[in-house]
Amino acid sequence: MKIDRRDFLTLAGLGGVVVVSGFGGGSTVSASAAENDFFFVQFSDTHWGFADPAINQDSMGTLRKAVEAVNSLKVQPDFIVFTGDLSHVTDDDNERRKRLSEFRNIVSQLKLKNLRFLPGEHDAGLDEGKAYKEYFGETYYTFDHKGVHFIVLDNVSDPTSNIGEVQLKWLSADLKKRNRNSRIVVFTHRPLYELYPDWDWYTRDGSKAIDLLSNYSKVAVFHGHVHQELHRNAGHISYHAAKGLMYAFPPPGSVPKKTQIPWDAKQPYKGLGFRSVNAKSRQADYPISEYSVQGEKL
Amino acid sequence: MKSMKYNRFVYLALAALILYFPGSPSMGAENTKVIKITAKKFEYSPDKIELKKGEEVQLEFTSLDRLHGFSCPGLGIRIDIRPGQENKLKFVPNKVGTFPFHCDNFCGAGHERMTGTITVTE
Repeated sequence: MKIDRRDFLTLAGLGGVVVVSGFGGGSTVSASAAENDFFFVQFSDTHWGFADPAINQDSMGTLRKAVEAVNSLKVQPDFIVFTGDLSHVTDDDNERRKRLSEFRNIVSQLKLKNLRFLPGEHDAGLDEGKAYKEYFGETYYTFDHKGVHFIVLDNVSDPTSNIGEVQLKWLSADLKKRNRNSRIVVFTHRPLYELYPDWDWYTRDGSKAIDLLSNYSKVAVFHGHVHQELHRNAGHISYHAAKGLMYAFPPPGSVPKKTQIPWDAKQPYKGLGFRSVNAKSRQADYPISEYSVQGEKL
Repeated sequence: MKSMKYNRFVYLALAALILYFPGSPSMGAENTKVIKITAKKFEYSPDKIELKKGEEVQLEFTSLDRLHGFSCPGLGIRIDIRPGQENKLKFVPNKVGTFPFHCDNFCGAGHERMTGTITVTE
């Protein structure tokens, strides 16, 4: 089944009001509130430049297929966010720029032009984000969309996986402008919390960012890095890890050593995909739908 | 006086022994076991370390190329391994088991396979 309008908004007009399905079984809300409902798409860990047929036999085509899948949507998302590791790491500065450039050319084929990027350590960890900034601009920033405050954090340009005091101070100043009930969505590459430290799945000073965010009642964090769908709720904050679009990792701790899951010819692209995220103005959480690389709803 | 000369001889002999076997575990001050570990893209040597529970150990790291890290979450220890300087980590293993460690400073294409284990026995 392809994504269509029903997957993110089901609205039935009733004069000046609308009934929003999935909202406590159907609630009457103002038209303006429903107009602020939207969805966005999350791509993550595209690792452009990775080449190992034992892991992905379509490393040159996987991202392109996902781009085609989103282009085929009857209703386009409001924006697409790429949560890091756009390119696969290389020690060669010129090759890094080539990969970032090729990645940018591929995603420029998206019909939608409202694209939001953030780096992963593969993009920015070896040159402190220098090449990344040339192609995609600042590594941390905010934007607002239909009543939601989005915060993009950079926890990879410092190779020690620290957010750093400068950025934490910036985050603190930004949050002070919000009220406690503001709807806040954070995008990061690495998980802010200690998802699985033995596999380096955490941010060294992530607890400092979490402390700042914990003062707010409606916070969701969407991140990459772990190449699989995972969800966690802690305090006021929900965390949602995304699948990758090049290779998958096994569940944390399920094998002695973290290794990429080999390509399965019987189930190509297994474990890869992207997601759509619904943001409804009267709903505190963010219903998520997962999709295969080709756009099949899972 | 004679005793002082004897002590000096013993210290010099011990120092010579340590210098003679630089890659081997040795006993430092106050019976601390010392293990020297080199780090380079993308491996530790040695990458398997065996320790005794309750026995103080000092890991002495040398980087042969760039900044690396050493993190062993299971034992709650970590250190930056900076090139051109001594990087010492002293601790007492307080539990038995095999604990993975990894480089936690992103160091390049093989960063994710820069790993090893510490095995602690009774």
